[in-house]
Amino acid sequence: MRYNERELLSLARQPAEKAAEILMRVPKKGSVLKKRLVKLVVNFLFYFRTDEAEPIGALLLEHCRITKEEENVFSISFIEEPERKYCFECDSKEQCQEWIEALKRASYEFMRRSLIFYRNEIQKMTGKDPLEQYGISEEARFQLGTHKQ
Amino acid sequence: MKLNERSVAHYATCDSPADHAGFLRKRVERHHHHAHHHHATSYQRRWFVLKGNLLFYFEERESREPVGLVVLEGCTVELCEAAEEFAFAIRFDDAGARAYVLVADGQAAMEAWVKALSRASFDYMRLVVRELEKQLEEACKSLAACCKSPRRSSSSGRKRHLSNPALLPLQEKPVVMENGYSTWGSGGGVPGVAACPDRDGGHAKPPPLPPRRRSAASSTAGSPAPGLSPAVLESPVSPETACFSKLHSWYGQEIAVLRREWQERQKRGHP
Repeated sequence: MRYNERELLSLARQPAEKAAEILMRVPKKGSVLKKRLVKLVVNFLFYFRTDEAEPIGALLLEHCRITKEEENVFSISFIEEPERKYCFECDSKEQCQEWIEALKRASYEFMRRSLIFYRNEIQKMTGKDPLEQYGISEEARFQLGTHKQ
Repeated sequence: MKLNERSVAHYATCDSPADHAGFLRKRVERHHHHAHHHHATSYQRRWFVLKGNLLFYFEERESREPVGLVVLEGCTVELCEAAEEFAFAIRFDDAGARAYVLVADGQAAMEAWVKALSRASFDYMRLVVRELEKQLEEACKSLAACCKSPRRSSSSGRKRHLSNPALLPLQEKPVVMENGYSTWGSGGGVPGVAACPDRDGGHAKPPPLPPRRRSAASSTAGSPAPGLSPAVLESPVSPETACFSKLHSWYGQEIAVLRREWQERQKRGHP
C-alpha cells in the first residue's frame, strides 16, 4: 500500500501530545525491549532510536486496544490481530497510567464519538443542535449511528 | 519508516462508517525526464474512501485492500487550474511535497469532496470537540444555577435532566472498551459520575475538563492555551487557530470565492 511517507515524516516532527523515552518491544519473534523515543502526534504513535531525527516506525492508533499488562507495562494491539502486541515498559506506574489514558483518547474515532456524545447531550439539555450555527449538522462525520455511502 | 500497514488496511476496509466515498480520477505523477518537457497527463479512476484524517484509494470499489493512502494532516485542499474540469488538489505545507490532483464527476461531487477533505484533519475535529465541551459545561453551569434559585420551576423536563446520570459527562469520557468502540447508551449512564452540583452541599464546582493537549517544550506551535491572545498566527490548517467560528467561516469563504470564480469561468466559456 502506497502512502505519503514524506508527510508522515513531517508529522513526526510536529509538537507532540506526549513524548518520552520508553522501553519498547515490537511483536516480532526474538525481539527484545529497546529504549525508544516514543511520540504521540494526532492519531499516530511514532517511535525513534533515541539519537535519531527520523522515526523508525509509526503506528496508526485506530481500532486498537490499549491494555495494562504487568507492573509499569502496557501494550498496544490491533483488533484484527489481538495477539500481536507492541509492549512498552515505563519508568513508573504513573507514567504507565498517563500513557494508557492518552493513547485511549488518541484515535480519531474516539474524538468522533465524544463529539457525538456532547452534541447529543447539549441537544437534550438545550433543545438545540450546537452544530447548526456552523452549518455542519448534516456532515457525515458528525452523525450518530452508521451511515453507509 | 515502518507503518502498521496491515492494521491500517484493515481500518480502511472494515465497516466503520466512512466520512465520504466515491470515484475520483487521480492524476498520475510521473518523474521528470530531462529529455522531455512534455508528457501526456493521464488519470486513473480509483474508488476513494475518506475515514477521519485518512484518504484511502482502491483500484475497484470491491477491492479488498487499498492501493494507497493519503494522510491528511498539514494540507490544504483547493480547486486547481488543470485542463480538466472539476479538478481539485490536495497540497501539503511542506514545500517540494507532491500534490495529489483529483478529478470529480461533476460540480456537486467536487464541492462535496473539497468540503469533506477540508474538514478531515484531526485538529479540526479536536476544535469542534473542544467547542462542544465548552458549550456543554456552560449548559451544565446555567442549569445548576437555575436549580439553585429559590424559584423552582415545576417543569418535568428539568426534573428529568437532574435525574439523568448522563448530565455531568465531563468527569469521565464515554466508556471506551477498545479504542474507538465506546459503550455509552441512553440508559447506560457514565461510571464515576459525580452528583449534580446542587446536591453537593451548595458547592457548585464546574466539572473538570479533560486534560489539555500539552505541547512539547521546544515548540511554538502548541495547542491554544486558555486566554490565548488573538494575535497568534491563524490559518485554516494551523493548530493555533483558536477561534472555531473563524476557522469555519474561513472554509466557507474560500469555497464561496472559488465557486464564484468557477461560475465566472463558466459564463466566459471553457478555457
